[in-house]
Amino acid sequence: MDVMEQIKEQVEQNQVLLYMKGSPNQPQCGFSARVVQALMACGQRFAYVDILSNPEIRANLPTYANWPTFPQLWVKGELIGGCDIVTEMHEKGELEPLVREASEAA
Amino acid sequence: MSVQDQVQARLSEAFAPDWLELENESHMHSVPANSETHFKLVMVSSAFEGKRAVARHQLVYAELAELLAGPIHALAMHLYDPTEWSHKTHEAPASPNCLGGSKADAGGLSR
Repeated sequence: MDVMEQIKEQVEQNQVLLYMKGSPNQPQCGFSARVVQALMACGQRFAYVDILSNPEIRANLPTYANWPTFPQLWVKGELIGGCDIVTEMHEKGELEPLVREASEAA
Repeated sequence: MSVQDQVQARLSEAFAPDWLELENESHMHSVPANSETHFKLVMVSSAFEGKRAVARHQLVYAELAELLAGPIHALAMHLYDPTEWSHKTHEAPASPNCLGGSKADAGGLSR
């Protein structure tokens, strides 16, 4: 499958999806680790893709998303943001309802 | 011109910011001394009025596309419009420390 189609399928089929470096249990980057922490605090399941072991996705997702860096959090097929935005939403209490609503809709 | 100077020059021209603070945070990461790879930006501009956070970041990413495809590995951003900034205590959040991923990661960069 074309990698752009693969990305489209991933973001559309997973209500809450995190593209990150490493895994939630072993993040390989401080920015990814911080987003994982915020997401874990929301208490819902989420999907993730380790871009270090998926070089094609790593190379193409920035173009797909118009967003050059990782991590990237996608909810209901929409890019929510990277570490700065997700952390800020978490601190304002906006992340938990967004994630909960998306999870309940699944 | 240093990477830091290039970023500041481009952003000043593109966004006419009320406030621009660019900190080199490369020392917090697993890169050689005096690197210019990791930065933190705090910027206040009326260009951000009425725009969501994702759109604000994308504006800056577009302006710095070449530098992000080259020397810059990570750019933390805290972007405000003048009204939001006046309500803040003028202290943007701290960036996380490195977990060593780029040592395990031959490709190196956050991209």
